[in-house]
Amino acid sequence: MNRATQWIHAWLLLLPAAALLALFTHYPAVANLWHSFFSTPKGARPAVFVGLDNYRNLVDDPIFWQAFANNLWYALGTIPTSIAIAIAMAVWVNDRLPGRGFLRLAYFTPTVLPMIAVANIWLFFFTPEYGLLEQVTGALGFASHNWLGSKETALPALMVVTIWKEAGFFMIFYLAALQSMSPHLAEAAAIEGASRWYFFRRVTLPLLMPTTLFVLVNAVINAFRLVDHVFVMTRGGPDSATTLLLYYVYEIGFRFWDSAYAAALTMVLLALLAVVALAQFFFLDRKVHYQ
Amino acid sequence: MSASATVHEPRGAGRALESVAAWTLGVLWILPLAYAVWTAFHPAEFSTRFVPGAPLTLDNFVKAWNAAPFARYFVNTVVLVTTILAAQLVLVTLAAYAFARYRFPGDDVAFALVLVQLMIMPDVLIVENYRTMTVLGIKDTILSIGLPYMASAFGIFLLRQTFKTVPRELDEAARVEGCSSLQTLWKVYVPLAKPTYVAYALVSVSYHWNNFLWPLIITESVESRPVTVGLQVFASTDQGIDWSIITAATLLTTGPLLVAFLLFQRQFVQSFMRAGIK
Repeated sequence: MNRATQWIHAWLLLLPAAALLALFTHYPAVANLWHSFFSTPKGARPAVFVGLDNYRNLVDDPIFWQAFANNLWYALGTIPTSIAIAIAMAVWVNDRLPGRGFLRLAYFTPTVLPMIAVANIWLFFFTPEYGLLEQVTGALGFASHNWLGSKETALPALMVVTIWKEAGFFMIFYLAALQSMSPHLAEAAAIEGASRWYFFRRVTLPLLMPTTLFVLVNAVINAFRLVDHVFVMTRGGPDSATTLLLYYVYEIGFRFWDSAYAAALTMVLLALLAVVALAQFFFLDRKVHYQ
Repeated sequence: MSASATVHEPRGAGRALESVAAWTLGVLWILPLAYAVWTAFHPAEFSTRFVPGAPLTLDNFVKAWNAAPFARYFVNTVVLVTTILAAQLVLVTLAAYAFARYRFPGDDVAFALVLVQLMIMPDVLIVENYRTMTVLGIKDTILSIGLPYMASAFGIFLLRQTFKTVPRELDEAARVEGCSSLQTLWKVYVPLAKPTYVAYALVSVSYHWNNFLWPLIITESVESRPVTVGLQVFASTDQGIDWSIITAATLLTTGPLLVAFLLFQRQFVQSFMRAGIK
């Protein structure tokens, strides 16, 4: 096959996927930027160029800043904890503890269920007065508390659900990494008389670093991408205490139908994701690989 | 595994302590689900009273099933996940083959452009994609839910890695036999990548069975809504629906996936592992 035919073949093979990717990933990302410089068309009034007006509104919008802060706290509150729990889960399931079949099932099941469904279950769990949590705290003599209805506890309650849902998912990646680790390492450490904890800290954990990077990137993306539980449990309330960025995009774009402002908000999300991508590419990738 | 590989497994008191911790976590993790199952299978007055002999009932499921068009939602979801998966398998196979076995001008740039989707998923491009669907005139159809996900960067990446491990000799042998590019792909590469296809299919099906935000936005009628959106519409209408029924509906919508998961637990876990380590 000569080179020109080969090129044509390659491009023909790529064409269907490339066309759909261009239409639903590349074009919308660029169009989004473009539309964020225009006003939202209303009735007979078409969209007009407004320059940076949408971004100025953004800077002056306290709910945006609240959503931004909420999202950062949410990421900070869920990611390290899920990763730590995931590592513990993986180590336990990998060891021959009694009943590891059940444990693996218990840890992993939340992962296959829809967020929208588990959020409904947790909603009932947190319900004032008859929810399970209230029953337990009531029996222990604590005062009744509306977990999802008060500003201090609503976001942490959502974080609990996220950690519960994601830890088992991340466990899988650690489990795969642990299983591919050479048993000679453990043998050598045993001959040297290293304790289990020392071995974990000095051998296992460093060797899990590439996995941790992979999981970290996924966790950060999910923290900005997955807002289904907000719809079920709090609808962003009380008083915007649980409004995450993507949920705010939804509210502005599809409840208030202000598509131009929603486009500006989306740009913030895209910028955050771009930072994650660049950080992974330029910084983390070089630091964690041992090969 | 040999005994030497287990030297760093916990022993004695440490083992007991870690077992207790592992089991506590396991019970905590399963508790919300156990609780949902209890509530769904008992009459409303027992929904938070855990009496051992409480009567079992399927009433909640019957009421939930009759209160909303769940049958239709199920059909929609099944059509949705099969359409997406079918399209993905074809598109992803062709593109992965091109990236794995062809050198052409701009291949690196093209591959980088594909990987962009790993970061910027269709889930965050809802505003523009809604606009596009409006222009195309296909809003509120199952096709419009699936289209943005059909060219999957994750799938292309996963399959490209697998195709690259296929020995060149097999490829060349097929060519000598007179196979064209597509025939080689079909007869050599696809059969060898079967485990990857299974892994990818399971990940894709569970992702799209569970997807919510984009379907919520792009659908507005019973005819196109998947179960996740149907469940939310059902659970958020405050017409004095009691918790037992909502919980039953919740289990109903997750039922098929949960049963499949319990039956094929090992394959599921291994598939997610395979998909993750590539």
